[in-house]
Amino acid sequence: MITLACDGTFEGWLTALFDIYEYRFTDVEFSSEGVSANMFSTTRQVTTDLLKAERVKKGLKQRLSQQGYQQLYHTFFSEIENAEQQMWLFAQYVFASKINVEGDQRNPVVWNILKAAQMVRRESHRMKAFVRFQLTKDQIYYAVVEPDCDVLTLIAKHFSDRYADQRWLIYDDKRKYGIYYDLNSVSVVEMTFNELSGGVEIWDDKELFFQQLWQRYFGSVNIKARKNMKLHLQHMPKRYWRHLTEKKTGL
Amino acid sequence: MLLSERVMEKLEILADAAKYDVSCASGQSKRENKNKGIGNSSGFGICHAYTEDGRCVSLLKILLTNHCIFDCAYCVSRKSNDIKRAAFTVEEVVDITISFYRRNYIEGLFLSSGIFSNPDYTMERLVRIAKKLRKEENFNGYIHLKAIPGASDELIREAGLYADRLSVNVEMPTEQSLKLLAPDKNHQDVIRPMTFLKEEIAGRKEEKKIIKKAPLFAPAGQSTQMVIGATKETDLEILAMTDYFYGKMNLRRVCYSGYVPISTDNRLPALGTPVPIIRENRLYQADWLLRFYGFKVNELVGWDQPDLDLDIDPKLAWALRNPEQFPVDINTADLEMIKRIPGVGVKSAQRIVQSRRYRRLKPEHLQTMGIAYNRAKYFLAFSTPFSLHKDLTQEQIKQQILKLQQSKYEKNFSSQITLF
Repeated sequence: MITLACDGTFEGWLTALFDIYEYRFTDVEFSSEGVSANMFSTTRQVTTDLLKAERVKKGLKQRLSQQGYQQLYHTFFSEIENAEQQMWLFAQYVFASKINVEGDQRNPVVWNILKAAQMVRRESHRMKAFVRFQLTKDQIYYAVVEPDCDVLTLIAKHFSDRYADQRWLIYDDKRKYGIYYDLNSVSVVEMTFNELSGGVEIWDDKELFFQQLWQRYFGSVNIKARKNMKLHLQHMPKRYWRHLTEKKTGL
Repeated sequence: MLLSERVMEKLEILADAAKYDVSCASGQSKRENKNKGIGNSSGFGICHAYTEDGRCVSLLKILLTNHCIFDCAYCVSRKSNDIKRAAFTVEEVVDITISFYRRNYIEGLFLSSGIFSNPDYTMERLVRIAKKLRKEENFNGYIHLKAIPGASDELIREAGLYADRLSVNVEMPTEQSLKLLAPDKNHQDVIRPMTFLKEEIAGRKEEKKIIKKAPLFAPAGQSTQMVIGATKETDLEILAMTDYFYGKMNLRRVCYSGYVPISTDNRLPALGTPVPIIRENRLYQADWLLRFYGFKVNELVGWDQPDLDLDIDPKLAWALRNPEQFPVDINTADLEMIKRIPGVGVKSAQRIVQSRRYRRLKPEHLQTMGIAYNRAKYFLAFSTPFSLHKDLTQEQIKQQILKLQQSKYEKNFSSQITLF
């Protein structure tokens, strides 16, 4: 058995696929840690090669619909167990079949990818909804999130399209990195600070007012006669409350 | 700088007065962010928050003012109601919208208003706000404006140039109810602007096909709302109106708002009467069946049975009334018939049709494909297991399915009007 260790990028995973076919590996597993836990296995470090990756990508795109390819790509960010392995099983099926296999949803290999992609899409959608910017004194709109999946790369375009005329920073506190938009483009910023807690002095003068205003609004659109906490929690699970302005206490 | 305390109080009053309008849709429009402005509408709605009643908050939904010259019994803002009144200035609405939008609290603005002095005066203010947002703030987020019944065609046309969606609320499903509860209004006031908008929207669409650069005109179309349970209409009457709105008026959405008792007026259900949440839900389900599942109104309700069942959903009810249509063989049936199987949604139906090309589907496959199998199984024909169910009567199937679902609303199985 061969254990393939990639560098944690999608291109790295694509390169690994190239190697599998080039060296005709049959029995492979993926490891993100770099060292295999399996004592009967040899570990092979995969060096990401953009040319190889591009060729595999092209092959996949030829055999999948745009949506099918995207599902595979999204799965990469799902952080489900053995994501790279599951994606490999799917890709193997794609390359082995003469026809497009993505409709074969009763096949676990296909269904697992579909499900993971669905989860990533839902989480991306949630982040588009749940990001709450706070304006700092130096006029940067700043938000902290802790999504279930690693979705910042997937939502960057949504935010740069929408908020094209304001500088913003979205920080993933779980994965300790953020994306920053400087009015021209979005870049990844690595930082490890424990939230911009700082105190009142870092926020814009009107920031607190708008947060309070939003809270008051959120409170007054509720219809008490229709109270339905189960539905409320289903749509706004508690784990997200920490970063939602309307759920903050003591503003 | 806003005068903060007063603005907060106004927002509370004017959001509270607007909240009974249930529409909160922000999808269905596509507006790009031009020239590095602020905002866009991406064609799918984003619900930024949910209130404790489980409803989505996607738009800043407010009235410009709750001063009103009308006295409609079902409305909180009616003239004779003794409540706090307030009015926003144009600048305040624009400032709050932009500030909320920039913080990613909302998708845009849903602006309605009580009618002060006269319809044109009111409409002109609404249009002025939308115009300022689009022209001065370069705002491309979602804007939903109320078309005030009785406002001039010119103003409504101008509103369409700035708004993504316009709506006129019919409020009461029938003319008699409207006469009873809103003596100052008549159905024609509502139908007239609706017809005008329908033609305007259709005309502009044609124009846009020829001239690419023609301006957008209410790209998300128009919608309306009916209050449910305040008056004695049957679901048949309500759904007939719905059908008319979708079929003849090309409306994008019809919303149903279960009446929340807000008045001691004896023409209306008493204070404390439960909101007919289940009935409202059944109407939405029926609405979906009409729009996405190919059902006709007369398949769901009829003269012999003018109301939807409250204890089971309308699709299941239809299936139980039409046993001769089942069992369905999902390996051969066409998509339209598969969509009609209880427990199978549009997406699942498409999945079934897609995946059966690869292999014959068996019951265990359905369970992993996101289908409510425990519900669907009574209506499916598989070579082997169907014999298990085929001897059950319709009533037995209904009871077995009912046992599966435990509704927290059971106590609310009332259509409200029966309670007084």
